[in-house]
Amino acid sequence: MIYQDSKTILEVRGLRANVNGVEILKGLDLTVKSGEIHAIMGPNGSGKSTFSKVLAGHSAYEVTGGTVLFEGKNLFELAPEERARAGVFLAFQYPIEIPGVANSQFLRLTYNTVQAERGKDELDPLEFDDYVREKMKLLEMNPDFLDRSVNEGFSGGEKKRNEILQMAMLEPKLAILDETDSGLDIDALRIVSNGVNHLANKDNAMVLVTHYQRLLNYIVPDYVHVMEAGRIIKTGGKELALELETRGYDWVSAESKAARLAA
Amino acid sequence: MSAPATTTAGYLESLLAGQPQLPASPLAWLNTLRAEAVDRVGALTVPTVRDEEWRFTDISPLTKLSFQPVSAPTSLQAADIERFYIEEATTRLVFVDGVYAPQLSSVAADAGVVVTNLAAAATDLAAIAPHLGQHAAFHDDVFAALNTAFLHDAAVLVVPRNVAVSAPVHLLFIATQKEAASYPRCLLLAESGCAVTVIEDYVALQEEAYFTNAVTEIALADNARVNHIRVQREGAQAFHIANCAVSLARASHFHSVSVALGARISRYNLNTLQTAEGTECIVDGLALIANNQLADTHTCIDHAQPHGVSRQQHKCIAGGNAHAVFNGKIMVRPGAQRTDSSQSSHNLLLSGRAHVDTKPQLEIFADDVKCTHGATVGQLDSEEVFYLRSRGLSEIVARNMLTYAFGAEIIERIPVASLKRQLGQTVLEQTSSQT
Ligand SMILES: Nc1ncnc2c1ncn2[C@@H]1O[C@H](COP(=O)(O)OP(=O)(O)O)[C@@H](O)[C@H]1O
Ligand SMILES: [Mg+2]
Repeated sequence: MIYQDSKTILEVRGLRANVNGVEILKGLDLTVKSGEIHAIMGPNGSGKSTFSKVLAGHSAYEVTGGTVLFEGKNLFELAPEERARAGVFLAFQYPIEIPGVANSQFLRLTYNTVQAERGKDELDPLEFDDYVREKMKLLEMNPDFLDRSVNEGFSGGEKKRNEILQMAMLEPKLAILDETDSGLDIDALRIVSNGVNHLANKDNAMVLVTHYQRLLNYIVPDYVHVMEAGRIIKTGGKELALELETRGYDWVSAESKAARLAA
Repeated sequence: MSAPATTTAGYLESLLAGQPQLPASPLAWLNTLRAEAVDRVGALTVPTVRDEEWRFTDISPLTKLSFQPVSAPTSLQAADIERFYIEEATTRLVFVDGVYAPQLSSVAADAGVVVTNLAAAATDLAAIAPHLGQHAAFHDDVFAALNTAFLHDAAVLVVPRNVAVSAPVHLLFIATQKEAASYPRCLLLAESGCAVTVIEDYVALQEEAYFTNAVTEIALADNARVNHIRVQREGAQAFHIANCAVSLARASHFHSVSVALGARISRYNLNTLQTAEGTECIVDGLALIANNQLADTHTCIDHAQPHGVSRQQHKCIAGGNAHAVFNGKIMVRPGAQRTDSSQSSHNLLLSGRAHVDTKPQLEIFADDVKCTHGATVGQLDSEEVFYLRSRGLSEIVARNMLTYAFGAEIIERIPVASLKRQLGQTVLEQTSSQT
């Protein structure tokens, strides 16, 4: 929701980034304020995941230009774990499997680490078990997932739910959901969307990276952006998503080319 | 680089002399066995890196150690060693610097297993003569020969026919004296249809150099099931050389988990021999070492008969300047059709100076078999580290968690809960101290 007295959570200006020496982000601008839900759409390979990873602090992505302020502070001065503790959360497009680390142990350690950093109470294993089972209910997740290794052998949909579970526990200021909807059936999509809607409030913000309009039937965005070749080339309201669904991306691309030529 | 033969011969003599003269046993066959072993010690030399089997493991520092006789009996009290107890194990034999300590040992009345030490009970255990010294070949191995030359105080376990022993048996070998050479010896006879879990555990109460030279023999009769857990947590300056020989009769099942944490230089040779059809042999190993430690594991799984299954998973975690060696031989002899064997060796290097030599060695002489193997050497996965950091965990915690998980896969296979917990904690502490 767009609020009058909202604060700026994320301010991206002219962001450029390389992967293996190839420039992928080529001057990206984006402003996200508290209470807002943004959708970033765009063809495969346009740099959406790269942008998400840069925000989370992945070292394979080299920032070569521009600025990113998170709540007014330079995001690039923070290590990945410091960003997480400060309230940046990335739900991975491809969540990583970690054999040998029990999901329950991982969830409790991350929860307690972030709580401690924020000056809040940690939970002992029993308390945490109650807490996490409650959260899992919201996501209609089988508690058996607690005993398994992190994401190991989880189906695509189960991995995505596990990501949303972590988001629900860590209560981020800025959540970036990278294609959390892909690979979900309609039931799972509904459940995951409920989880996101449940969490969204006037103090935080969500950035949904998606290919499909259908997610936006469940989570209504305030802004829809189109990304192409490492830049945001068009921004509109939720109706833009519907238009993209029927007309594809080519017209946006043509429009932005024409605008650039005119300039 | 290696010492000339005259020096190693002198060294072996000094080892022989460093041990108190054994009284003759009332058992003629035991005296003969020892005498044969003494002869072999005279004929063999200490291996050097020029021996193929010792290529990566230079034990010349061991030959520079001088030895003092072990002062027995020990003055240790139960309170000194309680922390090594394993709560599930109600039967425990304790050996201090290789010498049996009856006052520290205890045998549960309902153990279901005949547990004794050789010196005390050899006369009424006729069953052991055909086995003792017969599985662990000492004719070509100077260390097995030395151990056999000193055969005196062995831990002997006989699990009767069809008895399933519920509580694990703990064989605890404690090193207390510097410059001591000790010769632990175990014999486990698993009679047909029995089931037992045995923990062979090497610990230290001092941190200076000493030498443990152990031999274990395990004979499984038809349908017997043995879990053999071996924990080598010797002192930081220790030398530990051990041979374990296992013989598997028809449809028997052997599962071993060996964990090497201690010693400056350690070498473990595990040989399993399938003597009849339909056996199953599961061999898991973990070496977790740092600083200047060297841990060498040589295994040989010998499929000499048809329808044998073997599963081997060996892992090494090496930090600091440590050096891990794994040589895994799988032998499938002519006629051993329908052998099903898999082996994996996964190695994790925590520092740029640590290194691993891993060598699978498949020798297959039968055609209708399934044998797979694989080896990897690598660092922690950077995507996994990033994932954990993106959830707020510091880089150090993330790396420890992943290192721990790597080793925990092996620890998890130990069927004794408290030992599993204890070793899990040790692995966690040891990995944290390395970063
Ligand atoms: N780790 C990487 N190594 C090499 N190329 C990469 C890597 N990550 C992304 N790329 C390249 O960057 C471009 C953008 O990819 P990505 O950000 O994943 O796009 P999107 O998420 O929009 O589909 C693609 O051409 C992709 O091949
Ligand atoms: Mg992507």
